[in-house]
Amino acid sequence: MKANNLILQFTSKIIFFIIFFFAVHIFFAGHYTPGGGFVGGLLMASAIVLLVISFDLKTVQTILPINYMYMTATGLIVAVGTAAFPMLLNKPFFTHFFDYFTLPLIGKTSLHTAALFDLGVFLVVVGVTMTIIQTIGEDE
Amino acid sequence: MINFLLIPILIPFFMGMILMFCQKHVGLQRFLSLITLLAASVVSFFVMLKVQADGIQTVTFGGWPAPFGITMVADGMSTLLVFTTFVLSLFIVWYGFESIGVGREKHFYYPGLMFILTGITGAFTTGDIFNLFVFFEVLLMSSYLLLVLGGEKKQLRESIKYILVNVVSSALFVITVAYLYSVVGTLSMADISVKIADIGQPGIITTIAVLFLMVFGLKAAIFPLYFWLPSSYAAAPIPVLALFGALLTKVGVYAIARTYTLFFVHDLSFTHELLLVLSVLTIAAGCIGALATFNAIQIIIYNIVIAVGVILYGVAQMNEVALEGAMFYLVHDMIIKAALFMLVGLVIYVSGTANLRKMGGLIKEYPVLGWFYLIAAFGLAGIPPLSGFVGKLLIVQGGFAAENIWSSLFILASSLLVLLSVIRIFLYAFWGEPGVRQKINPKSYRQMLVPTVLLVVISIAYGVGSEWVAPFMDTAAKALMDPGIYVDAVMKGGE
Amino acid sequence: MEIVMAFVCGFLFMAAVYLILSRSLLRIIIGTGLLSHGAHLLILTMGGLGGESPPVLADGVTDYADPLPQALILTAIVISFGVTAFFLVLAYRAYQELGTDDTSLMKGSDEDD
Repeated sequence: MKANNLILQFTSKIIFFIIFFFAVHIFFAGHYTPGGGFVGGLLMASAIVLLVISFDLKTVQTILPINYMYMTATGLIVAVGTAAFPMLLNKPFFTHFFDYFTLPLIGKTSLHTAALFDLGVFLVVVGVTMTIIQTIGEDE
Repeated sequence: MINFLLIPILIPFFMGMILMFCQKHVGLQRFLSLITLLAASVVSFFVMLKVQADGIQTVTFGGWPAPFGITMVADGMSTLLVFTTFVLSLFIVWYGFESIGVGREKHFYYPGLMFILTGITGAFTTGDIFNLFVFFEVLLMSSYLLLVLGGEKKQLRESIKYILVNVVSSALFVITVAYLYSVVGTLSMADISVKIADIGQPGIITTIAVLFLMVFGLKAAIFPLYFWLPSSYAAAPIPVLALFGALLTKVGVYAIARTYTLFFVHDLSFTHELLLVLSVLTIAAGCIGALATFNAIQIIIYNIVIAVGVILYGVAQMNEVALEGAMFYLVHDMIIKAALFMLVGLVIYVSGTANLRKMGGLIKEYPVLGWFYLIAAFGLAGIPPLSGFVGKLLIVQGGFAAENIWSSLFILASSLLVLLSVIRIFLYAFWGEPGVRQKINPKSYRQMLVPTVLLVVISIAYGVGSEWVAPFMDTAAKALMDPGIYVDAVMKGGE
Repeated sequence: MEIVMAFVCGFLFMAAVYLILSRSLLRIIIGTGLLSHGAHLLILTMGGLGGESPPVLADGVTDYADPLPQALILTAIVISFGVTAFFLVLAYRAYQELGTDDTSLMKGSDEDD
């Protein structure tokens, strides 16, 4: 089904990056305002799906040679590892640490371990969504 | 170490993630799984000892004060079940090396096992009703994976039904939790118990109790809701079937026992009477199913339904003797069901069919298998001194104490039907003229026989040594009888 | 407002039951999706729709929203997302293997294969 979808391919190359950065924005916004790892991950996956639609699965695999199963596993390890880390300090599981730091360029920022947990969720969501899409899409 | 009770849950969880990376290395996966289960068994054994020595252990996530955060609670019942779960899965995984097939092992069989164990042990340990839902979903998601793994036609067909039933039951679970939350305004099980005691269980709470019975009953396969179980379980390969049969329905039974001893204890004449009637009907339905079929696997599957009925009958009595009996019987049934599924799996392996009419005469070639099957069958029926006896004795004793004479006699009579149903397999498969045979690999037969025999030996030891197990059961039953112990432990842990 | 929500939930459940009872696998999956949406809305309603201000505990603030139902719904949404996705993949595989998406044609006893 090689249709002439030049316009779709051209626009999706640009829109991919717009969605990508929006996903990153939503991910970081999630700490104090609506957003977070789950929504960001879904947006990120939708950006990749857009590429899959306008090109095809093989091309996307060459552009982004990622094993999404490993991505899911990494995400799980990051998320649960963050939650389990306080156990080493004899604090309850899932204890949340945060502090204020002065970073170059950004200035005074609060850094949270919850963001690491959210990063794990982000990776899991992208990994799971893309695994499912790959499984269904592979046969065509 | 305040997080000690979480370690048995986290060990398989982490190992599940790591095993996802070694997808193609079957040998490594096998080795790591065995090590993990061994470590988890040892740790959970020490957690059990600690609970026995120091009382109920709790930890609330994130350092929140008790009724607000998610509390994990290790009491006598949950640690006992967690320990049994790990020991059983150790043998089931060992058995599976020869029978599950490399194709499945390369497609996330071991990570699926690890995640299902995380879900099961988490569900046993959690002290938060919504967290219970989350752990249920973890174990259900993994069970979908394990059930469909292999992609045979039968598996695909049955997993669709299985998933549909469980999705509907999960939706009902969410709805029930929503109702409960709107009435009591809390999700911590200890706090719910206190709040329900405060308002004295009005009609709406009793309605919620019945809704919970439906939700967990779908998972535990009680009388009108067991319809999905026989055909779905029969689609799974033997090691997965042993795992499901031994553990999954027991999670539902555990949830019913927990909610019906902790929350809904103020209107016994309705809720527990309903549970009693349903459990008796469950036993009757299971017996009819087990006697009607000529499929060896189906006979054992229907025996799951019978056992669920017997355990819930003990819970429904709501006195300490019967609860202790229910605990005894719960652990006994987990062990013996896993052993029976493994034995029947071997019978099917050597004869190549599950149809009893085609089998026969196995005792000449496979005497060890035959005699151990007979022991396991007697154990299931509860012939003293084997493991089913003590549990059933205490349950019936509790039934008499609660003045449910006729239904207790019915439980006793059902043992005979159970014995008949499993002895039919012995008569058809091991005695008589030689039936059909399949060419087998003697080495893999022996490798499957070793864990099976060991598990039967464990079940004998559990029956003969019930004197040594009794203190654990006693602690568990005492904590179930008196919700105050549980509540105090949780609230105290928050300080 | 709660009355309206109750009707919305009821309507969703009605549509879900209708779809689940149909034969086509895809309709069944959409039905389970609607069922979980109904359940999520029900949590929101049962948690109480009141509360104008954000869930901040401070002295003198009495009219604050309950933060818990949202957290529960988010968890439940993530789970139902996962289950629905898995169910879709399974239905697709079943369609390929069995050659039909009609559940009444999928019937069969254990002796079939």
